[in-house]
Amino acid sequence: MAVASKAPRRSGEDDLQWTALLLRVRDHQDREAFARLFRHFAPRVKAFLMKSGASPSLAEDCAQDVMATVWQKAHLFDPGRASVATWVFTIARNRRIDLLRKDRRAEPEDLPWGPEPEPDQAEVMELAQDTERLRVALQQLPEKQRLLVERAYFGDLSHSEIATETGLPLGTIKSRIRLALERLRHEMK
Amino acid sequence: MHTIAHHLTDPILTAYAAGTLPEAFNLVVATHLSLCDECRSQLAAHEAVGGAVLEDAGEAVMSEDALDACFARIASSPDAPIRVGHNHHAKRKGGLFPEPLRDYVGGDLDAVNWRPAGLGVRQAILSTSKNASVRLLYIPAGAEVPDHGHNGTEMTLVLKGAFRDEFARFGAGDIEICDPNVEHTPVAEPGEDCICLAATDAPLKFSGLLPKIAQPFLRI
Ligand SMILES: [Zn+2]
Repeated sequence: MAVASKAPRRSGEDDLQWTALLLRVRDHQDREAFARLFRHFAPRVKAFLMKSGASPSLAEDCAQDVMATVWQKAHLFDPGRASVATWVFTIARNRRIDLLRKDRRAEPEDLPWGPEPEPDQAEVMELAQDTERLRVALQQLPEKQRLLVERAYFGDLSHSEIATETGLPLGTIKSRIRLALERLRHEMK
Repeated sequence: MHTIAHHLTDPILTAYAAGTLPEAFNLVVATHLSLCDECRSQLAAHEAVGGAVLEDAGEAVMSEDALDACFARIASSPDAPIRVGHNHHAKRKGGLFPEPLRDYVGGDLDAVNWRPAGLGVRQAILSTSKNASVRLLYIPAGAEVPDHGHNGTEMTLVLKGAFRDEFARFGAGDIEICDPNVEHTPVAEPGEDCICLAATDAPLKFSGLLPKIAQPFLRI
């Protein structure tokens, strides 16, 4: 199988680099920036979809689709609320739902966008650091537990099979996003 | 609005983030998320786990011309990238239902097609895929929803009014998640009719005689 082993661990700065590239796609339709995002994320989306049960050719086709959506929906990316990897994950997940289940998926009401939705740099950096800490914590979970988390996200577990306690540090990210939401709502008043 | 006291659980948020909940539960979750920034931010954290899983999922080699093929898809798509500065959405103005629920009902409260469900309770089953079902319940003030246990998980979101059962009080925005084999008797509080959105992944089994006979006809 053409799925390589785990990528080496990187620092939170890589997350910031992906964010900067995606903002260049969003603001300037920068093809070179997109090409770099593509080279990093497309093989991961393909591997993710294969681990979710898609054949290699279907996964390839869908990965291209997911990346095209990244270009088309770049204007909806909010770096104060998600890393690029998280955002790409949600697109790949939705594609997988369309593909494998044919169910409708209800989404929460959109948040009202303020006239200045741009978060400040410090917030974006802190979110990147939290995200990286989360990733390290996932890698450091006991093997059995980490596999269970991964299987849940590959779509292998039903909601009743998902464990309550993973031991992952979700609290810091939650609090940070909560503040970002409060600011958004406040700006809308 | 009443401060939300009962929220979604982590396993449910993981499953929603992973995209593996039955459609009926998705609707209840999305409706609660629309009302609750606390759970919305917790969901973002669960989605960040998905991002980490994606980063570490390994790499599957793409075909050589994949990038060019992707640019070709982008070029042939009608949706050119647009930088949207102002993203205005039609907000619910004075309506009761958040957007995801309105989409399923085809409107707000006045568009619901209620049917009698016995003992003064009314219900409207919403159309979803078959592995779980979801319905709106209208419980008159002070009335009781027949005592029932479940074979599966039951998720009940209060939209208006409040109910109590053996465990707690649930007001507008609150969600009660009952595991299989929980028996409870929700009673609407006096003074205001209660409207709920309830999903289950198994047929409800009523322990009272009359409702049990009625069950096949009610399709619940
Ligand atoms: Zn909540």
